[in-house]
Amino acid sequence: MAKILMKGNEAIGEGAIRAGCKYFFGYPITPQSELPHYLAKRLPEVGGVYLQAESEIGSINMVYGAAGAGARVMTSSSGPGISLMQEGISYLAGAELPCVIVNIVRGGPGLGNIAPAQSDYWQATRGGGHGDYQLIVLAPDSVQEIIDLINKAFDLADNYRIPVMLLGDGVLGQMMEPVIIEDQYETKAPKEKKWASTGRMGRGSKNLVTSLHIVPEDLEKHNIKLAAKHEEISRSEQIWEEYNTKDARLILVAYGTTARVCKAVVDMFREEGMPVGLLRPVTLWPFPSQILNSLADQADNFLAVEMSMGQMIDDVRLAVNGKKPIHFYGRSGGMLPVARDIYQEAQKLLMEE
Amino acid sequence: MLEAILIAGFGGQGVLSTGQLLAEAGMVEGKHVSWIPSYGPEMRGGTANCGVTISDNPISSPVVTEPTTLIVMNRPSLEKFEKTVKKDGIIFINSSLIDIKATRKDVRVYYIPANEIAENIGNGKIANNVILGALIELTRVVTPGAVEKSLREVLPPHRHKMIPINLKALEAGAELVK
Amino acid sequence: MRKVFARPKSMKDMPMHYCPGCTHGIIHRLIAEAIDELNVFEQTIVVAPVGCSVFCCDYFDCDAYGASHGRAPAVATGVKRVLPDKIVFTYQGDGDLAAIGTSEIVHAAARGEKITVIFVNNAIYAMTGGQMAPTTLLGQVTTTTPKGREKELNGSPIKMSEMLSVLDGSAYIARVSVHNPAGIFKAKKAIKTAFETQISGKGFSMVEVLSTCPTNWGMTPLKALKWLEENMIPYYPLGEFKTPTEVV
Repeated sequence: MAKILMKGNEAIGEGAIRAGCKYFFGYPITPQSELPHYLAKRLPEVGGVYLQAESEIGSINMVYGAAGAGARVMTSSSGPGISLMQEGISYLAGAELPCVIVNIVRGGPGLGNIAPAQSDYWQATRGGGHGDYQLIVLAPDSVQEIIDLINKAFDLADNYRIPVMLLGDGVLGQMMEPVIIEDQYETKAPKEKKWASTGRMGRGSKNLVTSLHIVPEDLEKHNIKLAAKHEEISRSEQIWEEYNTKDARLILVAYGTTARVCKAVVDMFREEGMPVGLLRPVTLWPFPSQILNSLADQADNFLAVEMSMGQMIDDVRLAVNGKKPIHFYGRSGGMLPVARDIYQEAQKLLMEE
Repeated sequence: MLEAILIAGFGGQGVLSTGQLLAEAGMVEGKHVSWIPSYGPEMRGGTANCGVTISDNPISSPVVTEPTTLIVMNRPSLEKFEKTVKKDGIIFINSSLIDIKATRKDVRVYYIPANEIAENIGNGKIANNVILGALIELTRVVTPGAVEKSLREVLPPHRHKMIPINLKALEAGAELVK
Repeated sequence: MRKVFARPKSMKDMPMHYCPGCTHGIIHRLIAEAIDELNVFEQTIVVAPVGCSVFCCDYFDCDAYGASHGRAPAVATGVKRVLPDKIVFTYQGDGDLAAIGTSEIVHAAARGEKITVIFVNNAIYAMTGGQMAPTTLLGQVTTTTPKGREKELNGSPIKMSEMLSVLDGSAYIARVSVHNPAGIFKAKKAIKTAFETQISGKGFSMVEVLSTCPTNWGMTPLKALKWLEENMIPYYPLGEFKTPTEVV
């Protein structure tokens, strides 16, 4: 279990394999290609299947089939491909199928570009497709955290029977950092999936994987059940990191790569003795509202920093619930926020006081 | 200690693998490291670059926008990145391929004819390592021993016969700035 | 007393929702009989489509999936790749398979997925209210072709069996009809052969079944059967387009 230097995209692949994922269905798109390249080589070595589908619509429906058959299964894509998958994701959520979907976000809307972005936040955290549902959304900010979260992603998916999305960006996918990786992760989820549709094989009754509830009373009952599940996840699965928030009067809120840049900004302020901290949501859904709301009692200002025109800021507003002013700094279109610029933006807020 | 090193040049000059070697060596020495390649708009114009951060403490941001040390292997990279170097930082210029001078007065600048030295040793492809040798000698960011160990990790086994010549290049670079 | 006719074991004992005179019921029964005769009920998995046969997984008593519109071959691919020893079949209509799901069916066949597809072609979208399907005949009146399907506007109907049979990955492709007893007998044989093709691991198999929709065609059940015979069969010739023996 030595330390090895690993690329983010490859870490997703290796982490998934060590978490017991044996099936990957995907369609090529930049900037997540290292992941399918890696898995195309690695999955057959562990007796798994890597299959390139005819489209993202094909891949997500293959995921639906494999997940329904009880397998740990993953797909990955980027913005435009994830948009195509939304139909399937809604069906997966409706049928309560566990799976992991990786979105290495690129600049949008439309074809946009292949540079890093965080502009799929709304799509990821508001379900994304049609109907009443949520995905669990995880946003790592280091290669080690990718490894740790991908394992957790499969456990969460199985424990709650819910699709889990890992939201990254091109920077996270491309960068290398040392990681410690277990040979095989110990799963905390039940291994047996009695609901899986695998052929009756003497079971005595049939299993049906579907999102169809034609009678309105039935569908409402189903949706109430899903909502209860979402509530439980919301209560018990919020993950965040506090970085120098203890006495902070200004708190930056950022996730993923942007959070890394913001940590550097906090370091710059702390060197000058200024009370600035960072709250980094690790779960984007459920959003860590509880901690943010309690931090609002102590801080004067919040600054949401994103690689978008302002999406996560909605959740910051909901969490802070009017207690304190919330400000925004963002870069878009594939531009990375630079520490110096965020610093200046934050300084203005400190001066106002 | 925190060194944020930006290595830039033409695609194909091996700047990405040089950065990887440096990151690997930092890791071997038990330091915190990160490596990040040029990406997005930075990739335009056929230039490639990577940022390597080596630190005693956890690295807040892996993105190198204000390098403490800059290695430039071609002229466009010098023109593009000279202004980003931190005050009192170091710029290594591959003078074999760059015929202009740096304009900054608040940084240390070293002109190293890396390609010529590498050719003299026997292989132009190891020019990066000549500069890397000088960088290590001046900054002590990693030890030469760690680099030697890391070459074994970074180079595929069938290229391990290249290790001695790589080490020679590192030594030649170090000699130059002693 | 000797029992000469009974409900196939693979079917649930429940009333079907299909309209009077609809041939889905017959096709369901033929599939169930084939599964029973091949003795594979316990390992069979059905993937249901969107359309009239969306409830087919209620009638087949085996393990089942409900797929989204057109995606059944992709879902079946995912299932079969995880469970290569199980028997996986999709049941799809013409809108599902030949319009919105063209990409999925073509690539499942091209990959030679070891699944069986039962493709029910009744030349119309029935569930949604009798709109033009990709298989609607030229001149055929539907709710979206009030003057009949025009070639200039809508192009010509797609012959899926012919199309898929040219792919290397398809092992067995046949078109049958259930408009009369002789046709039903042949249909049963083709469906059984398709499942056998899958069981022996030879590749992708599909049976296209010409079927009626008296409700949306605006005909009595008997007239619909006659209309099928006189209009559909000339355009959609019956027969085996590809058999496993041709597979090298």
